[in-house]
Amino acid sequence: MIEAVCVGAVAGGTSILFPTLGELITERSGVINLGTEGSMLCGALAAYIIGIETGSPWLGVVAGLVAGAGLAAVHAFLVLHRGANQIATGLVVTFLGLGLTALFGQDYVGQGVVALEPVAIPGLASLPFVGPVLFDHDPLTYLSLLAVPALWWVLVGTRAGLQLRAAGERPEVLRTFGTSPRAVRYAAVIGGGGLSGLGGAQLATAFTRNWSEGMTVGRGFVAVGLVIFAAWDPRKALVGAYLFSGAIALQLQLQAQGSDISRYLLAALPYLVVIISLASLSRRRLHAAPEALNHVFEHAS
Amino acid sequence: MKMRTLALVAGLGALTISATACSDDSSDTGTTDGSEETTGEGGGDLTIGFLYVGPKDDFGYNQAAYEGSLAVQESFPDAEILQAENVPETADAEVVMEGMIEDGADIIFATSYGHLEFAANVAADHPDVTFVHQGGLEGEEQLDNLGTFFGTVYEPVYTAGIAAGASTESKKLGYVYAFPIPQTLANINAFTLGAQSVDPDIEVIAVSTGSWCDPGLQAQAAQSLLDQDVDVLTQHQDCTKTIIEAAEAAGAMTVGYHFDASELAPEGWLTGSEWSWGPLYSDIVQTVVDDEFVDSPYNGDFRVGLQTGENPFVQSSYGPSVTEETQALIDEARQSFIDGSSPFAGPVSNQGGDEVWAEGEQPTYEEVETMDFFVQGVIGETS
Repeated sequence: MIEAVCVGAVAGGTSILFPTLGELITERSGVINLGTEGSMLCGALAAYIIGIETGSPWLGVVAGLVAGAGLAAVHAFLVLHRGANQIATGLVVTFLGLGLTALFGQDYVGQGVVALEPVAIPGLASLPFVGPVLFDHDPLTYLSLLAVPALWWVLVGTRAGLQLRAAGERPEVLRTFGTSPRAVRYAAVIGGGGLSGLGGAQLATAFTRNWSEGMTVGRGFVAVGLVIFAAWDPRKALVGAYLFSGAIALQLQLQAQGSDISRYLLAALPYLVVIISLASLSRRRLHAAPEALNHVFEHAS
Repeated sequence: MKMRTLALVAGLGALTISATACSDDSSDTGTTDGSEETTGEGGGDLTIGFLYVGPKDDFGYNQAAYEGSLAVQESFPDAEILQAENVPETADAEVVMEGMIEDGADIIFATSYGHLEFAANVAADHPDVTFVHQGGLEGEEQLDNLGTFFGTVYEPVYTAGIAAGASTESKKLGYVYAFPIPQTLANINAFTLGAQSVDPDIEVIAVSTGSWCDPGLQAQAAQSLLDQDVDVLTQHQDCTKTIIEAAEAAGAMTVGYHFDASELAPEGWLTGSEWSWGPLYSDIVQTVVDDEFVDSPYNGDFRVGLQTGENPFVQSSYGPSVTEETQALIDEARQSFIDGSSPFAGPVSNQGGDEVWAEGEQPTYEEVETMDFFVQGVIGETS
């Protein structure tokens, strides 16, 4: 049972981890993007369609990345160039993604999929417990696992990471050194959208092998919440995404085992887990917020 | 058949996209149905409107209704058919219906459960237009131009349960569902009783996702059932593909719902149940054209099953592993329904072992539509 829950946490967590990392980069630069859900949907549909049309799941993955980034670029332009309200724009972008994918996805509902197949890592996959939990997944899941330390290293150990953090904390300092905070934020928002698109691509072509309208069902918004839970730290984002997905796996496993705990309580479990952890940690977490997020109602440009 | 898709981008950003596809009069090139269906006399300038809550190609409920409308077009080649997809279950539905009436609609099919009160509102204002609603119950207030209709969903679900019961080796079947509403409980119970008619020891594990379509949860739910050694998966969900794919990938068998997914699961497909609305829709239209709607069965809460006529909910094709023996068992069960029996013919006990319907008893359609319990052998909670 513990193994099954852990397998479910990783298998289902990938499509939450990617957008969480994406939003984390975005917010580190000082911009909030509530369009994550929209980017996920665009990524999911683009990966599904391009996979079917070209026969290559990897071209689909690239298309998912580009589509997620493309939608985020709309957010970046409106917020960074036009000075639009970040919260409202993000929501509009999500609905735009929902509408566009519903329209263009019509012909692909229920169609066969060119799936990204799981690849068991030779040797490691046969290890007890760790093997099935970590080493028997689709390639995008491995990529997300590698992305966590990579992103952490970029943030704390590289010049690009320093610029990203500066854009979110002290944009005026960044400007003094001749770097445009706006350019950094553009890169962060678009790159973050690309990661959300990857999450959608994984959801559609690897995890569920399905496209249906609005299929992300709020995972993009969960990701935004998990960024706060993670205190803008990629390592904790991994914990958050797997905790959330693990709670989903746990409640379904309990149901399947005939537990007599109320169905409704079980369904609320993933959210309860996150809310309780947020409540017990929030004071400290909020200090970790990038300074510029305190000014999201002002111009971000 | 030409489709015109009109995307309506409302508000700041696409808050709602409602796509309306209109079919023109060029008739389908499909072969004419050979059965003794209505032939569509009269109806020279007949206009019929159809409302769907979702996309017309969702491989599910809405697509089935849409295909019913195509069958109506075939039966009434001169009629104009108006189509409206993605009509929400809000007052927006009234706007869509009013628009159809402006375009000359004589009959309106409101095909989603939540469309009923809005159809009733518009019907009260337009006594010359006939409204029929799919799935609801009109209850006391009977208008002369309004009726509801539905099939007996659980009959083919029971016979599909026979196929599952004959095929399972682990004696455990898995059911993924959304909410414990009566229709779903009736399906799960019918499936269980069908399987138990083959082997009384069979258990059905029911797992709820709390959503009609959340593929991510479906994938996890399917896995949790497969982890319990379930070897047949079925479902009551609006989007069905994820669970079918999960079963096929795991080498388990599948019983479908809403559409024939045998192509998606060439190995594991057993059978399933799906809507075939054409004959019933066409008969309703014919009744209106003949000016016989008022006080006809369609002018009330019309429910039809094998006991009373043609059930519009039919069984899907068989997969390769269903033996002739099993098919004979299924034919026998279907014949017993035609002869007046019910999937819920007693003795039927609930999970606690209390007898609900005794030997020789069977529930009425109304009792089935208010079902609130799992039968013995189902593992799951209704609350």
